[in-house]
Amino acid sequence: MKAAVVVFPGINRERDMAKAVELVSGTKPVMVWHGMSELPKVDLVLVPGGFSYGDYLRCGAIAARSPIMRAIIDGAAKGLNVIGICNGFQILTEARLLPGVLMRNKDLNFVCRDVHLKVENAATRFTARYSAGQTIRVPVAHGEGNYFADAETLKRIEGEGQVVFRYADAQGNASQDANFNGSLNNIAGVVNVAGNVLGMMPHPENLVTALQGGTDGRGLFESILERAA
Amino acid sequence: MIRNDIEITPELVKEHGLKPDEYQKILELIGRVPTLTELGIFSAMWNEHCSYKSSKKWLKTLPVTGPRVIQGPGENAGVVAIGEGLVVVFKMESHNHPSFIEPYQGAGTGVGGILRDVFTMGARPVAALNALRFGDPEHPRTRHLVQGVVKGIGGYGNSFGVPTVGGEVNFHKRYNGNILVNAMAVGIARADQIFYSKASGVSMPVVYLGSKTGRDGIHGASMASAEFDDNSADKRPTVQVGDPFSEKLLLEACLELMASGAVIAIQDMGAAGLTCSAVEMGAKGDLGLELDLDKVPCREAGMSAYEMMLSESQERMLMVLKPEMEREARAIFEKWDLDFAIVGKTTDTLRFVVRHQGDVMADLPIKELGDEAPEYDRPWREGAKPAPVDAASIPLPGDIGAVILKLLGSPDLASRRWVWEQYDHLILGNTVQRPGGDAAVVALDGTCQGLAITVDVSPRYCEADPFEGGKQAVAETWRNLTAVGALPIAITDNLNFGNPEKPEIMGQLVGAIKGIGEAARALDYPIVSGNVSLYNETNGIGILPTPAIGGVGLLEDVTKSSTLAFKRAGDAILLVGATTGHLGQSVYLREIEGREEGAPPPVDLAAEKRNGDAVRALILDGTATAVHDLSDGGLAIALAEMAMASGIGAMIDALPAGPAHAALFGEDQARYLLTVAPSDEAKAAAACKAAGVAIQRLGVTGGDALVLPGAAVLVSRLKDAHEGWFPAYMQG
Repeated sequence: MKAAVVVFPGINRERDMAKAVELVSGTKPVMVWHGMSELPKVDLVLVPGGFSYGDYLRCGAIAARSPIMRAIIDGAAKGLNVIGICNGFQILTEARLLPGVLMRNKDLNFVCRDVHLKVENAATRFTARYSAGQTIRVPVAHGEGNYFADAETLKRIEGEGQVVFRYADAQGNASQDANFNGSLNNIAGVVNVAGNVLGMMPHPENLVTALQGGTDGRGLFESILERAA
Repeated sequence: MIRNDIEITPELVKEHGLKPDEYQKILELIGRVPTLTELGIFSAMWNEHCSYKSSKKWLKTLPVTGPRVIQGPGENAGVVAIGEGLVVVFKMESHNHPSFIEPYQGAGTGVGGILRDVFTMGARPVAALNALRFGDPEHPRTRHLVQGVVKGIGGYGNSFGVPTVGGEVNFHKRYNGNILVNAMAVGIARADQIFYSKASGVSMPVVYLGSKTGRDGIHGASMASAEFDDNSADKRPTVQVGDPFSEKLLLEACLELMASGAVIAIQDMGAAGLTCSAVEMGAKGDLGLELDLDKVPCREAGMSAYEMMLSESQERMLMVLKPEMEREARAIFEKWDLDFAIVGKTTDTLRFVVRHQGDVMADLPIKELGDEAPEYDRPWREGAKPAPVDAASIPLPGDIGAVILKLLGSPDLASRRWVWEQYDHLILGNTVQRPGGDAAVVALDGTCQGLAITVDVSPRYCEADPFEGGKQAVAETWRNLTAVGALPIAITDNLNFGNPEKPEIMGQLVGAIKGIGEAARALDYPIVSGNVSLYNETNGIGILPTPAIGGVGLLEDVTKSSTLAFKRAGDAILLVGATTGHLGQSVYLREIEGREEGAPPPVDLAAEKRNGDAVRALILDGTATAVHDLSDGGLAIALAEMAMASGIGAMIDALPAGPAHAALFGEDQARYLLTVAPSDEAKAAAACKAAGVAIQRLGVTGGDALVLPGAAVLVSRLKDAHEGWFPAYMQG
């Protein structure tokens, strides 16, 4: 599967993402500049984390309106696989590719630490290498990851199995204590209805080798990259 | 608009921080009365920060060379070879006063400034650290300052995209009116792609890069008096405002530009902005330099030459460009939406000429601006050395377990998790050892190597004895790097002191520099960059002398780095190094007995080297399973930290000789704790014996408690005490 990593001004985890893709697939992804209006021929587009445009408006709001996003929105409608992580998730919600919004963390602080996630839906193309209910450990690093959606949307995405990851304790309980950023229903990651667009706040790309302290993040990249295109 | 032809009065000279004899020297140098812009330029070049006029004489005594050193002090940052065709580029710098006035922006721009120093030289930043000193936790401003500084460091570093992997935070009432914010950055470059500030070639274009120039940070804000500024609404805070987004763009654009081959010389605009960068590039290259300020991209209309020359607006660079590469260079900066403006050229006149709106605003001899800066041999006096404290004179603790819990939960020893979780310490994906260990470790892309990095100083030791304290700061970094298995290769120093015009303060500076030099020589550990911050005083009370040392070490195989966490039950716990039970200036004496007294622990540099080399060998050959250096709080605190990091307890049945408090909490130097598999115990003991290194078996890992002769504390209780203080304090 061929992958591209999108680079907006102020994005800063594009190298981390590219390294994880190369580690798992053996192939470097194509780096795509935000000013392009067309995507190269790829099967997967990754929108990395960072502070696109300094997050000076709403997180992701300016990037969501860049030329490359029009191509990504068109591609997603035709089934292109898209992953947005952290700022990438914020951009995808701003672009209306995913439901909900990300607000300031409940204690207003930026938080960088390992957290546990419960894999809520292992039937997606992004989570097939995990098992349903599995608990994985990956880092977070964000100040605005507090997931919110209106009641109707929340009900719908829960009902449709669109919630893919929830913040949990080490035993996999999606408890309030584990919900460090205040997300509704402990939501850490969601997919769109069609199942080809994933957004998540945690950084699986930063826990893919033993040297980094763990490999639980690999499953996500293996799931999608080793899937027949 | 500030006029250039106003009368230069003695008051105006004084407001520019120039002494009457310094002004006299200016008159002699240029043979006439300077214009206001020229006065501003002199004041910027000849202030303590830029000229090192009080410290230069002593800084010259430091060892700055070595087989690995490619660039020592004098450039934007030091450069040290690490093999594989790579160099590590690093420096530490203070941003103390701005951070006290406006902690968020002050600390953030401190980080921004030091990152620029590193990438100006062609290096991509791979790690950031910081050393922070705040006042008494009970002081009404302290909480606000901690909050603002931590948020400011995180806000800048996280957005820029560098992992903030380590540092230190301390509290003491002597910082109540003058906090310290020292920021360190470390970058990696290819050995054949290092960029310097020395201009070459005549009539080469001088290019302004980055963000626009505004009125922020003009040093004259403090003297923007009615006499020379009719419009007081133009006053701006002296603190600069940071824009990490622009800095990230500037990083990418500069590295792309450097790779294109267009750069002859490059210098970031830091302190004294355009003035300092332009003068340095010209003077180093034995060239003159002309600037046309009409071409400088400005954020606000109507800026005067004086303001433009002294603005400290952030995220700016000055470059001497290969003229044939102008088109390519401009395209790179336009792609990143950054300003690119040709603002001048090099000349063969050795004059620094500044033009604005058709007039010459300054015309000065460029070499003399730097070379003829005043240099002082300030009078200094060595303070009285306090007598050592006799442990036998200090009451024995009743409940050792309670003492351990109290120390672990004290402001200086409590966990800093609240701080470092607000810093992205994982970005770039190379963080091998996260904050909380002896030193941070980052892996280097494309190699098997890793860098270990730490920042240390014990100001209370320096206050009691600047020479031993200076030695100790260097030795402590060396030990921390060794404890993770790295070979210490070089250091950067950030010397924070009070008013050098007071002989006793100057004596502290001289003593500390002598101590740093002695330790650096003994440990083959040269100083390659640094910064001096003086006049850290409020209402006549100086800070504790704080020569912060940033150490960098090299791991040839990063997978061999060791951590302090116990690895499993049943490992033998070994103490390496001699214990005399030194309680003078210890955390124990201060926190338990309320006494800040005595001589600090002496540092035996030969023992330091011998012990450290033995420990490193045991790490690299895989014998040591966990390693921790002994520092604040001594043996008991080190054991507790190893237990807390792992959740595994320890059973200690032997202690060094002496009274319990001296054995457990004494702060003797050159010591480490190791664990080894029982089968390796004899091997470790033999290796130490052969090297002439003291080693003692204390006990064994295991259980859920730290069990000492006469005390037992559950590891979970240790953790609660250790983790609880900071969040509770910040919640107020």
